[in-house]
Amino acid sequence: MFKIAKNNLPALFRKIKEQRELYLPIRAAEQVNYGVYTEDADVALETLKTVKSPKDAFFPQSETLYTCNKEENKWSITPEELQSQEFVVFGIKGCDVKGIEVLDRVFLSEPVDTFYKARRDHGILVALACNEPEDSCFCKAFGIDCTDPKADVATWFVEDYLYWNPLTDKGNALTEAVKELLEEADDSKVKEQQEATKKIVEKLPYMSISLDGWNGDVLTEKFESPLWEELYKPCLACGTCTFVCPTCQCYDIKDYNTGNGVQRYRCWDSCMYSDFTMMAHGNNRNSQMQRFRQRFMHKLVYFPANNDGMYSCVGCGRCVDKCPSALNIVKVIKAFSKEGGEK
Amino acid sequence: MQELVTRAKELLKDGTVTRVLGWKNGDLSYNPEPAFFETEEALSDFVYNGFCGANLSKYMIEASKKEGKTLVFLKPCDSYSFNQLLKEHRVDREKAYIIGVGCKGKLDIEAIKKQGIKGIETIKGAEMTDACDTLEISTIYGDKTVSYDDVMLSRCYSCKGKEHVIFDEQMLESRDTATKGRFDEVEAIEKMSPEEKFEFFRKELSKCIRCNACRNVCPACSCRKCVFDSNKFDSAQKANVDTFQENMFHIIRAFHVAGRCTDCGECSRVCPQGIPLHLFNRKFIKDINEFYGDYVAGEDIDAEAPLTHFEFTDREPNEERG
Repeated sequence: MFKIAKNNLPALFRKIKEQRELYLPIRAAEQVNYGVYTEDADVALETLKTVKSPKDAFFPQSETLYTCNKEENKWSITPEELQSQEFVVFGIKGCDVKGIEVLDRVFLSEPVDTFYKARRDHGILVALACNEPEDSCFCKAFGIDCTDPKADVATWFVEDYLYWNPLTDKGNALTEAVKELLEEADDSKVKEQQEATKKIVEKLPYMSISLDGWNGDVLTEKFESPLWEELYKPCLACGTCTFVCPTCQCYDIKDYNTGNGVQRYRCWDSCMYSDFTMMAHGNNRNSQMQRFRQRFMHKLVYFPANNDGMYSCVGCGRCVDKCPSALNIVKVIKAFSKEGGEK
Repeated sequence: MQELVTRAKELLKDGTVTRVLGWKNGDLSYNPEPAFFETEEALSDFVYNGFCGANLSKYMIEASKKEGKTLVFLKPCDSYSFNQLLKEHRVDREKAYIIGVGCKGKLDIEAIKKQGIKGIETIKGAEMTDACDTLEISTIYGDKTVSYDDVMLSRCYSCKGKEHVIFDEQMLESRDTATKGRFDEVEAIEKMSPEEKFEFFRKELSKCIRCNACRNVCPACSCRKCVFDSNKFDSAQKANVDTFQENMFHIIRAFHVAGRCTDCGECSRVCPQGIPLHLFNRKFIKDINEFYGDYVAGEDIDAEAPLTHFEFTDREPNEERG
């Protein structure tokens, strides 16, 4: 294990930036989101939850796939280039690392998504352990240890230092590139802090929610539950939960009229939207209850059914913090447990 | 709060209403949600406190299509939205039984957390029976107190007042929360140079994730199909493809609700990126006041709306602007 003094972090960022683009939490207009590191960026690494997850680094909200252009009656088609330069995403929390694992299941299984794969191949994940998880966090329910994130490099803030532990070949290569700034360290301080953080985790209200009864085998039972008819009612049908989510992976492909051609792009879609999966025959979910149900069934039933039991929620709690109507997946899980208990 | 539950039960029991639209207890001390209650038993979950910021007027569009009357609790500012919807024939007055509830200012949990308060277990001091001057917050890191007036939703600092513009009966007292003029923020922006204005709005709007929360919560956005969702035209947008689209969505929305926006502040409350969207609407309100005389959307259902009514004395488009 290595360490670097906190006040020396700008030097570390500069060093990384010499060879690789660096994404990390940056504060702009009072909100913290992942962005590209520049000298004048207001880096906010201590932020527990960025508004959007770091998903954009691998699966951007909007990306061009190819461009068609007409000039003097001749059409040209230019495919978008794939990511070919290495880049670093710094400060990813344990839940968001798991979120990328969920995305891998979708985009790296056949047929492989080449845009996503190119970014995954060239991206280096530097994770940052949590030391003050929040009321809305429930990563533990999904078996995630927020004190011990698994990425290419794991890091911990303890007192005046950032502790640095490479875990993969990519992590070793990055460590080598910045070695002059790192000093050898033992892990006793990190272990102490991990224990302290675990005590906080035990006290948080959502960490102990039970996922009993949610798996890939309960499709009909859960799908047909009358509870959905009650639960969806305050839902405004906005896409906030889906767009701040680290695992929501649905997208749409659209054409942007450039005046003398089209830019074909894909952008995040939301199962909350009325034209989601609209087909020539119409829409297969035409009520908000059905759309609302889709989101939770996907996370807790359909996804595990197709992915060896892996849920596609990681308990980051962003939807809990951001839903305009204070609805969220925890309330849904609890409503079903309550119903089960009363039977 | 108990008197609201008692009254709701009476109205359900004597058949005046068939359902109640209010707020339901959350699973944390600060996350109640809008809810419909169909039975007296269900009302045991009813709550009305400082965290019930959600404006229930827009839910009355759907409730107006149902059988029977809906009892709806409206705060003073929410009553303007209801009245405006009534003027636009989007809600049915006959289907609503309105209890105008008092308001002591609504709280912003993000503002509480910004004060460095984490690991919240309970929050006391936000009930309508409380003075609403101090919040006592117990956290896993110990007990904290914050001043109520430091952590309200931004709209409450320029509150329109304690009057309900429409109601069948009124319950609970309100509290004055306004500490600044309604157009202070707009005036500060008007004083900026064009470059500063552009930089300010670009910085804010570049955060937009196009989640549509501002639009979907907005009582003035009541189109059955939004032009930005329509797949029949080129106008559908699911993402901001460029900075022009980032700006356009919000500017078009502000134009579309101009003269109808009651300044309820829900757009700014729900924005996950904290964009002060109400500023656009307030600029329009201020301009309309200056061009056509003072007008408050939703205040008077019979008043002529400035942008849908013409008089020969109206200002000409080419007249010098103030």
